[in-house]
Parts: sequence; C-alpha cells; structure tokens
Amino acid sequence: MAKSVKELGKKWMISSFNKRGFSTDCSTLKSSSSSSSTVEKQSGKTVNLFTAINQALYIALETDPNAYLFGEDVSFGGVFRCSTGLADQFGSKRVFNTPLCEQGIVGFGIGLAAMGNRAIAEIQFADYIFPAFDQIVNEAAKFRYRSGNQFNCGGLTIRTPYGAVGHGGHYHSQSPESFFCQVPGLKVVIPRSPKQAKGLLLASIRDPNPVIFFEPKWLYRLVVEEVPEDDYMFPLSEAEVIRHGSDITLVGWGSQLAVMEQACVDAEKEGISCELIDLKTLIPWDKETVEASVRKTGRLLVSHEAPVTGGFGAEISASIMERCFMRLEAPVARTCGLDTPFPLVFEPFFMPTKNKILDAIKATVNY
Amino acid sequence: MAFWLMARTSRKVTDHLHRNIGILRSSSSACSLLNRTRRFESTKADKDISFGYDTSDDENQALDFPGGRVTFTSHMRFIPESPERRTHCYRVLDDNGKTIIGSHYQNISKEVAVKMYSNMVTLQVMDTIFYEAQRQGRISFYLTTNGEEAINIASAAALTPDDIIFPQYREPGVLLWRGFTVQEFANQCFGNGADYGKGRQMPIHYGSKKHNYVTVSSTIATQLPQAVGAAYSLKMDKKDACTVTYFGDGGTSEGDFHAALNFAAVMEAPVVFICRNNGWAISTPTSQQFRSDGIVVKGQAYGIRSIRVDGNDTLAMYSAVHAAREMAIREHRPILIEALTYRVGHHSTSDDSTKYRPAGEIEQWRMARDPVARYRKWVEMNGWWSDEDESQLRIEARKQVLDAVQVAERVKKPPLAELFTDVYDQPPSNLREQEKFLRDIVMKHPQDYPTDVPF
Repeated sequence: MAKSVKELGKKWMISSFNKRGFSTDCSTLKSSSSSSSTVEKQSGKTVNLFTAINQALYIALETDPNAYLFGEDVSFGGVFRCSTGLADQFGSKRVFNTPLCEQGIVGFGIGLAAMGNRAIAEIQFADYIFPAFDQIVNEAAKFRYRSGNQFNCGGLTIRTPYGAVGHGGHYHSQSPESFFCQVPGLKVVIPRSPKQAKGLLLASIRDPNPVIFFEPKWLYRLVVEEVPEDDYMFPLSEAEVIRHGSDITLVGWGSQLAVMEQACVDAEKEGISCELIDLKTLIPWDKETVEASVRKTGRLLVSHEAPVTGGFGAEISASIMERCFMRLEAPVARTCGLDTPFPLVFEPFFMPTKNKILDAIKATVNY
Repeated sequence: MAFWLMARTSRKVTDHLHRNIGILRSSSSACSLLNRTRRFESTKADKDISFGYDTSDDENQALDFPGGRVTFTSHMRFIPESPERRTHCYRVLDDNGKTIIGSHYQNISKEVAVKMYSNMVTLQVMDTIFYEAQRQGRISFYLTTNGEEAINIASAAALTPDDIIFPQYREPGVLLWRGFTVQEFANQCFGNGADYGKGRQMPIHYGSKKHNYVTVSSTIATQLPQAVGAAYSLKMDKKDACTVTYFGDGGTSEGDFHAALNFAAVMEAPVVFICRNNGWAISTPTSQQFRSDGIVVKGQAYGIRSIRVDGNDTLAMYSAVHAAREMAIREHRPILIEALTYRVGHHSTSDDSTKYRPAGEIEQWRMARDPVARYRKWVEMNGWWSDEDESQLRIEARKQVLDAVQVAERVKKPPLAELFTDVYDQPPSNLREQEKFLRDIVMKHPQDYPTDVPF
C-alpha cells in the first residue's frame, strides 16, 4: 500500500488536472455565517486547496500548544503536501509520522484527545480508513455518551482525502462518507473549496466532538481561490445556498458541487433556474435550509460520487419527502455513482457527470 | 544506497552482540554455541539459537542497515518457531505463601499490605453477591474477577492515583483500590440515576473520571492504542505518571494489540501493558488463540521490555508493576507484563464454562492456586492478620455489599432526557426533534414503556 500511495502521490503532484477547469469562487457570492462576513473584508492570497489546509493546520498548531498532527508520511509534508513545513515549524514531537496502521492512528488519537489535547489525525486516503472503523464507530463516537460525559475525545479530528481523481481505481477514489453518517456522536464535514476548507477545518479541529473531515483530493491542486490569511472559522451543521434559483433545488457537497454548478449554468441557458446548496456538514445536517429551498422550488436533486444505494442522498431524499411531500412537483432525483466498485478504465462511465445531472434536472422539471 | 556498506566487524562489535542478543540464553547454551562446527543440516531451524546468531557466523562480514549493523552468515538457518525452554515466570511467594529465599521484591508496609488483602476480600464478596443478584434477576448481567484478585489489587497498589487506567472489564479491583465505593459499583450495575454512565451501558462497564479510570467498553483491545495516545500526552506534559492498560490472552489476537505495542515502542510512550493470561477467552483456550510462548515473547519483537509474572502471586505482581511503572516514566518506554493466572469463574453470567473445560481444572485453580489464600498466609506470617480480623472483615464486607445492592435497587432510573444528552456536547436539532416526538408517543402509549424511568 505504501508504495502505491507514494507513487500515486507523486503522480498527482505533477498532474495538470486539465479535465476539470471550473471555478469554485461561488463561495464568495453569498455567505450566511457571521464569521465569514467579517472574513470577506479581509484580503488574502490566491491559493490552492492543499495550501489552504496547510494554513489551517498551521493556525491550529500555533494557537493551541496542545494540538498535535500525525499520520502516515505527515512529517515530510504528506503525500498531498498538506503538512509541508509544519514539522520544521512545530517540532517532531507535535508533527510526526506514525507506523502504517490506521487503527493505531485513530486509537492513538482518541487517547491523545481524551487527555484534553487536539489530536489531528491523517488517514492517507479515505479508502484506507476501514481498519480504523471500529475505533471510529465503537470508540470515538461513543466515548462521551458511554461515560455519561465524564470522558470525551472531542479534540479528535480525522482528516482524509476522498473521491475520484481520474486514475485512482478502486483504492484511491472512494467516497465512504455515508458509512459514518449513521454513527451518532460523529460529525462529518466536507469542504468544496480552499477558503471553505480552511474555515471548516479550523471549526472541525476546535469543535468539541470527534469530526471526520473529508478533503476532496481532486481539488487539492486544481482549485485556487482567494483565501484570507487570518484565523477564521465557518460554522458546522450550516448549509449554504451558493446559487439562487426558483425551479429546482440541487444539494451536494465537496468536489461534486463544481460539477453540479456547471449543470446549473447549462440548465440556465435552457431557461431552468436552479438553486444550489452546499451541505458542508453531513451529520448533523442542516435540514432546515434544504427544506426551505425545496418549499420554494418544489423539486429536489441530490448528487454524490458514492454509489447511489445507501448513499447519503437517500437520507436527504427521505427526509425531504417527509417534510415537503405536499409541495413536491416531482420525485426526488438522485444522480450518483453506480453500485459497482469504483472502476479505473470505466471511471468516466461511473461518475455522476454534468450531463447526467443536466438530464435529471430536465426530467424532474418536466415531470 | 549509502547504508548498503560492507564492513569488517571488530571483536568489540561481536562482544556487544553477544551481550545484547544473549539475554534469554543460559550460559550453558552459550558455551555449546561457541563450540559449534559447520553442519550440513543447516536449513533446519535451530532450537538453540534464539535470534539467528551464533559465533560460527562469519564475523568479518557485516551490513550497515537501518536499526544497526547486521552480520552475515554462510549458514542458511531459520530462527526457530519457539525457544527450547519457555520464558521464566517471576515469582516471590511459594505455594504456601512463604517468600522464596533470594527473591527480589518491593517491600510493602503493613498498612498497605493489609489494605491490599482487605480489598481482595471485598472484591470476592462483591463478586459473590453481585453474581447472585444477577441470578435472582435483579441485575441483567455480571462478570466476576474470581482467581484474578491479585492482578487487580496488587497492580493497583503499585501505581499512583495519577496513573491513568485504560481497563478491559475484569479489573474492577483497580477502581476499588482507588476508592470507588461498593455503592458506586452497585449503582452502575443497576443502571440507576446515580450511575455516572447514566444507565447507558451493561453492568460492569464502570468508569470514573475522579479515579482516572477510563470507562469500560465491551470491545476487545480497543483501549490499547488509546492508552498509548494518552501516555504520549503524559510524556509531553512531563507528568510523573504513566498509563496502564489491561487485557486478556484473547485480546492479544486483535489488531489493536499489535498496533498498540508497535506505536508505544515507536512513540516511546510511558505505558504499562498488563496481559491477564487466564487461559480462556470465553470458551477458546490459548492453544487455539496463539502458538507463541504466551504473550511475553511478543514484546521483544516490537522492541518492548517485557516480563512474565505469576499473576496469582501478589508480591510478584506488586513488585513487577512497581518496577515497570518506574521504567516507563523515567525512561519513556512501554513495558509489557504477562501475568499467568486462571479465570476461575465463568466468562460471565451468560456462560457455563463446565461445557468446555474440565471441572477438575477449575477446582485445582480455585482451591490449590487461589491467590487470595496464598497472600493471606504471607500476611498472617508477618503477624498482620488473624482469624478474628478475617471474620470481622467478611461480615462487614458482606453487610456493606448487601446494603449497597438494596440502596441501588431503590434509586430511580436516570430521567428520559438522558437518552439524548452526551451524544454530542449539545443536542443537535434532529435529537431535539426526536425527543419531542418520543415524549408524545410515551404519553400516548404509556403501557409500552418502563414505569421506573422518570419522564
């Protein structure tokens, strides 16, 4: 595993990502949070997503002497360069490599967090999070509840890159977020852009509950955006309407939002007005924002890369059906990954691409 | 690469290797190795060679390799799967409770020695009465510590209250030693409103922040890597404390055991791993659990200093844990202790162990190898304990436990609101919504719900 990871890491580092030339600066169009409104007055450099993550980690380590950053290959900067320079800056006792063992990384992180520290653990790829599943589901998530709030590991944040990247095949492409969305006690957060990533990661690290923070690896180098240099946070469990419209509501998260945005732009050309919502936090999720939007548009489409069956889109669909049944003009549509293992050669067929979404928008509007 | 360098090995280096590699070898076997000549059956694993080294190797050839210099040999020789003799077991008290002449152990004051004995008896009495309470249907589940009282109490006594405990589930004696009252044990087992766990977990899942005893979870060995992370924190904060984590022989088959030992060694974490090798993981004997010489030998493979101890010998257990704690904290290193013992009771109240193990075996351990009786003899021989003390202690302990059960039974269950708290630091909107919905349902169908949970 380690070998393939390193090779892929290098490959991605030099990859041009010319397949996905889109902008995510829709984040600056509108922001509902009070903290971000102050942020917008600040100016920052235009940076990519891994640099924004790096800034957040720097601030987290600088502002809290009890913050630690660790994982496989973290010390030299990480295979995606997110921890570049941090070991030099904060020392090898606070930023360090661990043995290649995910259950050890998360278990160690829980113990560190239980002592009142901020434990920022990296799982090199979300595809490799499963050896740590027991520690996450049975331990981290229940640590506070089972002790009657005597103990907690709320200082734990697990960062992990997820999602398609064009050539990752089965084990460098998966989106396993829905596995964790059925675990009370966890929070699941996924950012869509560099500025969002910095603000949401800092909020996740400082949140008093264990958080799994999925980072869209396709966007690490691909997406650039002006990111404030200061210390700021975006609230968790608050969705954001990033594009306003009146005919249909689209809900997504992470890198999929950019694909959905392109579909919205194309739909607009055909006279369909789309409202696009970034959920940001999958659990506990902001039903109210989605509900308010669907009450206005009467239609809903959810899109994610993970296989459609049992994906988090199913939960959103069911919840909105319960709350907005009388207002819905059409069945809730899902444009998601196929129910196959994540493929290599067939990746373009597997993916919930722009035109699949566009077709689903039209079908829903014309239902 | 730079480290692939051939180098001539000096006599000094081979002497060094002898000293460091020959730790587990007796001097006689070292002599036989010195006289060894070239053999043809060299591909056979050699029983005498513990770690693939002997003096007939070509001492002039060596390789600088990460981790240290490695000498070459022209013999194709596999390290044997097991040493000729099993690792020794450290013991201080003989079967009759007398200290073995020449044994090294940590002195214990009369006050501490008597408190240890009293705690062991209290633990036995608590186990007996709580077990019966389960049989009578008053609590839903129980699990005894019978036969493992010495590991519980002696290890606890050798620590300080600042040491953080990451328990499995058969170590309530550690909590008892630290001052958790019998009433507090009873409250947890009854899941009443005074249970710190708010009635959320099965009986015996104790936890106490005040006593640095991290709440028990039923999962096996998950606490081990957590103990390493917590130990790393103690080291970073320069605390005069270590973490101590307990587990059984079955737990060593879990990935978390191996993850924890490896992390602890690499992170130089002050953690003491205490394995209660009691022979049985529910119905699975150790012969179906592993083929190594128990657990103690696994430490060295991870670079961890380790010792095998007679877990039914209170003085040996106390001394080993005391020394382990000192080394862990002063030298920033993990220590592994394998305590040999026997699970005299069934795995739990859901188990009947006579279905899978001979009654005679249980009896042998229960009677002839009882750690409490053995330790009592030693305390008595010191003139610190009498029959009168014994009967008074047992009467008082019994009364204390029976009272605790009766009180715990009468305390109300935790209120329904506690179902929804502590999932997160603050209940999110979905939980507030579900609580409201549930309250409406309970009002509508009260007959479906227990009446002893305050609404």
